[in-house]
Amino acid sequence: MPLYHDDDQQMLAESAAAFMAEEGSIKNQLRHWRDRDCKDGFGHGLWRQFAEMGFTGMLVDEDDGGLGMGNVEAGIVLEEIGRNLTPSPFLSSSVLAATALKHGGDDVKGRWLPGLIAGEKVYSVAIDEGAKHRPERIACKAEKSGNGFRLSGKKDFVVYGASSEMIVVAARTSGSDTDTDGVTLFAVPQDAMGMSHDSVRLVDSSMASHITFDGVELDGDAVIGEVDGGREVLNAMLMAGRVGSAAEGVGVARGAMDITVDYLKQRKQFGKMIGEFQALQHRAAHLYSEVEIARAVTIKAAQLLDGGSEKADMMASVAKAKVAKAAGLAVKEGVQMHGGVGMTDEYDIGLYMKRDRALQEFLGDQYYHANRVAEMSGY
Amino acid sequence: MPDSDLDTFRAETRKWLEANCPPEMREPVRDEDDVYWGGRNASFKNEAQKAWFEAARDKGYTVPAWPKEYGGAGLSPAEAKVLREEMAAIGARPPLSSFGIWMLGPALLHFGTEGQKQRFLNEIARGEIRWCQGYSEPGSGSDLVSLQTYGEDKGDHWVVNGQKVWTSYADQADWIFCLVRTDKENKYKGITFMLFDMASEGCSTKPIKLISGSSPFCETFFDDVQVPKSYGEDVPAYVGEISRGWDVAKYLLGHEREMISGADGGDRTSAIGAAMKRQAGELDPVLRAELAQFDIDALAYAAMGEKFLDEIKVGKAHPAQPNMMKYVGTELNKRRHELMMAAGGSRALEWESEETSGGKPARNWLRTKANSIEGGTSEVMLNVISKRILELPGA
Repeated sequence: MPLYHDDDQQMLAESAAAFMAEEGSIKNQLRHWRDRDCKDGFGHGLWRQFAEMGFTGMLVDEDDGGLGMGNVEAGIVLEEIGRNLTPSPFLSSSVLAATALKHGGDDVKGRWLPGLIAGEKVYSVAIDEGAKHRPERIACKAEKSGNGFRLSGKKDFVVYGASSEMIVVAARTSGSDTDTDGVTLFAVPQDAMGMSHDSVRLVDSSMASHITFDGVELDGDAVIGEVDGGREVLNAMLMAGRVGSAAEGVGVARGAMDITVDYLKQRKQFGKMIGEFQALQHRAAHLYSEVEIARAVTIKAAQLLDGGSEKADMMASVAKAKVAKAAGLAVKEGVQMHGGVGMTDEYDIGLYMKRDRALQEFLGDQYYHANRVAEMSGY
Repeated sequence: MPDSDLDTFRAETRKWLEANCPPEMREPVRDEDDVYWGGRNASFKNEAQKAWFEAARDKGYTVPAWPKEYGGAGLSPAEAKVLREEMAAIGARPPLSSFGIWMLGPALLHFGTEGQKQRFLNEIARGEIRWCQGYSEPGSGSDLVSLQTYGEDKGDHWVVNGQKVWTSYADQADWIFCLVRTDKENKYKGITFMLFDMASEGCSTKPIKLISGSSPFCETFFDDVQVPKSYGEDVPAYVGEISRGWDVAKYLLGHEREMISGADGGDRTSAIGAAMKRQAGELDPVLRAELAQFDIDALAYAAMGEKFLDEIKVGKAHPAQPNMMKYVGTELNKRRHELMMAAGGSRALEWESEETSGGKPARNWLRTKANSIEGGTSEVMLNVISKRILELPGA
């Protein structure tokens, strides 16, 4: 498979780009909701438009009412989301939760997929316990109770958790905290008794919950996949989420780079455009190179994942780490090259820096993934 | 070509390689004399090298994608890729290496007359003539177009005077393709891409000893060298038009950058952390972290290389993209060897020991420092990206 978008993917990219630049623009979405102190942190109207565009259920199998597309296609949408800093539950709901639900039984699918596809419902995932992403350790407990389970423990960084009708929770049903086995995934509905949210606004204006489960009673049919066999589903979800967040990061990097290069062509100092200075040209050219490479490895990882390759897991980490480096460079160079106005709220470059920071942490930062690549390589 | 035909071709190729590529020629290249360069004075290191070269030459596989009438095998891009893959799968060495194959050949295929192609391409494909490239001069490195070597027009011939530098293997080459100024008034449109015999009277070479201890480059001197304008009917002594050799040079520079960029994959783009761990036994945690960062960059660059080649095939790549590949690939290779030296410790410092095959780690490390200088410096690559891709003003 060639490592560029085919004709269908190119068409999707064009329509996603046009849609996001218009409906999902910084002015119409991010600034609009932020300046109104919106407690959701995103617009439900836009989410329904996502559904009309066919985005919400793009990863859902056709038999289940979705479009049966792959992570390359989801990445195309996410790149445009990143470029426009469009706040939406797409990554959590349509990539992470949707990937988990693929592994669910008919009951679970029937209960949750139609609302997602229609853009009526928003889902999230609860994986992290603590301030850093360490999915190897799952301590949140789900003990057998009657025909179901009783869930206790804490989860952090549950993005848009308080606005979600359902949260996919990774919990321990047997073994010790760091065991690979003994993890089970649950679809926990919003109204579950004993679940409480401490919802906080993050640096990028998105919302995330610290969730406490205090003996939450769940039916047996809340289980996604096999009891004690959830690690496989969790890994599938993490791979898709990492490749997806890498794709969004590529969009953030390209968006930040584009406005910065434009600025270099407008701003005059010492009687000439600052883009004429070689000190800035070389930094911009280096940045371009890094962003192109980050994009290439992200598409590669998505293709491997869609092809069911055993290399996908490793390449997802390579992509996540590489994008973190490239996007981090893009926003830092972006603010510096904008000079003083880069520090003002009026200019968008700072918004890219904030979104990049949040995205870096989501599903593992570059250090986590570099370490993971080393371990998977045998050193 | 349908996939089934390609599958047939793959099966045939595999069989042919099995029968014709001797086991010794499937070992990694260890020393300079493991590479066969051809030419008038060439000698084979051993029978295996000779057998492999001759088999490949007779099959057209020294230059598989060139047309059959010029000594190639006329393979389609898809077939050539299959051959590359099958050769890589058994670790087959290139049967013939030469600047004729990499540089002059592509220029002649693009700009040459039929007579030039018939003569020079066949000589290259059969390994009969070894070429060197005369571009840089002492005063003209990055600013190549300022070159001063001058060919005075004497009607049916030129008299060439001047000096070239960084002429790879000039002391072992038979012929040179050389940029010579033929019009002093016209900077860009005053250079001719000449072809002449290094045995001509007035040609001399002097090897340059490098920090790595080896001398792959020469200074080359031209002292009243007479270059005829033609070598026979339809075989002019220049490529393209007289005084329009810069167009040829630019085309070739792009080609060279693609080559140096390591876009062809191989070792230069692979991860090294695991090998360093095996070699060192234990890695300093901070070195391990640096290796992990390197591996991420290398694996990501490998994906970029794949994407770049895929896009080139269908004309999707930006024409200046080879500059980006060259810049990143060479910087990465330098970093790679810095890390290999660090992981190798004091053993890697040895300059002549048997354990290091004659100081390979240190010599290779030093050699890589030229990567970001030769074929256009990293700084020039960044200039080109700024100007042609980012379209920054005044770049």
